[in-house]
Amino acid sequence: MNRKIGDQTFELVSKPTIIGTGCFVGEKEAYGPMGKYFDGYSSDDTLGQDSFEKAERKFFERAINIALRKTRLKPTDIDYMIGGDILNQLVSTNYTARDFQIPLIGVYGACSTMSESLALASGLMSGGVGKTVLCLTGSHFSAAERQYRNPLEFGNQRQTYSQWTATGAGCVILGSGDGPKITKIAFGKVTDYGVSDIANMGAAMAPAAYQVLKAFFIDTKTIPRDYDIIATGDLGKLGSDILRDLLMKDGYYLGQNYMDCGHSLFNSEQKTFQGGSGAGCSAIVFSSYLFEKLKNKEINKMLLVATGALMSTTLNQQGETIPCVAHVVEIMNLKEKVNG
Amino acid sequence: MNNEKRNQNYLKYVEQKSPKASWFKSLFHAFLIGGAICCFGQMCGDIIKSYFPLMDILLIGTWINVIVITLTILLTAFGVFDKIARFGGAGTIIPISGFANSISSCAIEFKKEGLVFGLGAKMFYIAGPVIANGVAYSLIVGIVYYILQILAVV
Repeated sequence: MNRKIGDQTFELVSKPTIIGTGCFVGEKEAYGPMGKYFDGYSSDDTLGQDSFEKAERKFFERAINIALRKTRLKPTDIDYMIGGDILNQLVSTNYTARDFQIPLIGVYGACSTMSESLALASGLMSGGVGKTVLCLTGSHFSAAERQYRNPLEFGNQRQTYSQWTATGAGCVILGSGDGPKITKIAFGKVTDYGVSDIANMGAAMAPAAYQVLKAFFIDTKTIPRDYDIIATGDLGKLGSDILRDLLMKDGYYLGQNYMDCGHSLFNSEQKTFQGGSGAGCSAIVFSSYLFEKLKNKEINKMLLVATGALMSTTLNQQGETIPCVAHVVEIMNLKEKVNG
Repeated sequence: MNNEKRNQNYLKYVEQKSPKASWFKSLFHAFLIGGAICCFGQMCGDIIKSYFPLMDILLIGTWINVIVITLTILLTAFGVFDKIARFGGAGTIIPISGFANSISSCAIEFKKEGLVFGLGAKMFYIAGPVIANGVAYSLIVGIVYYILQILAVV
């Protein structure tokens, strides 16, 4: 049986292995500091489609194909996939699943979808539901802009504390065998500290990351220094600074081992202000840079804490504040047991 | 725990922590771009006047508007206008160029959902509220002006 430790954390008994990943990104992401780790990119952000929503789906498709090729699997080998995106009704995920004919569990966790999918998939697999499971998340700058903000060509100024939705999709395949394993998972509580400015996502989401990280540290009796890397999803520079401050108040010090996927996705010349955001952000950084480090054993113990702002533009206009959530996934390179 | 108090403190802290745009720099950029647009308009007016000295001043004004609007729409279509606006801020929004951009950018964006329910329905997505408020406020100003006239103040 999987064991619940403390308030929010679960320790997995049969620990699923990350057997392969794939990601496909846009041009801006490819020219950022993480560029050399990505599997592929396109300078045409429509990928030959006539709308950005259809293009996002193409990004998903390419990420899956790369991951399948790397793991030498066929779509029929996958038991089911868990994934989501930030467009209404999870259109990209649903249509991708239609084209691949893989059973689908669609989840909405806004930008936290990657760690939500990984946590759900590993929990289910540990309970015997599925042997090979695919997790999928992505986002597209232009598609997100038209749903959440203004038309692309509309001339307005971006706030200095705003972030830039990442274009790209990441795909992670879980199975069994050697490799980095998912050992513990913790689902976060929906946290709302009253931020209502939809441009300031970092400030809205930082308390959610704080809530679940603090609970995880208490449950597992660990401190941030016990991990080689603690990676949040898309808090951006401002949000990361806030998270450091919040955890510091409780005596948890986030040092050099802390990184934010969004903040490290772009460099300062790319004018994204606080860095990247969007569901694709943690997905592409985890499936490329972080997975590579795990595979090469440069890091052996890490936490992925993707954060999501569960906002609706309708309710925001009705005066509601932004509820946020974050989920923790602990990934480890376990030492191989010598059989007796 | 008292959430209201916690949220208030947090929002105050965020306000402090968030980087702020330098308003002197923003004002200067707006002055530069806004001024340039207005100078361009004046230049067009002067050129028209030198070729057609008998043209009515109101008609010249209309021509200036037509020229600025057309140019804005062209720049929007070529993807240049949003870059100028990102620099100029209110300097590009307040002149008629901002209005033209808000309509044309929506028209481009929502064309994919079809000519009637996409473009037709959403073209005034941003400009619509501006028109509605403009009409409402001018009505109020009109009533105030009418009362002041009766009272012989103006």
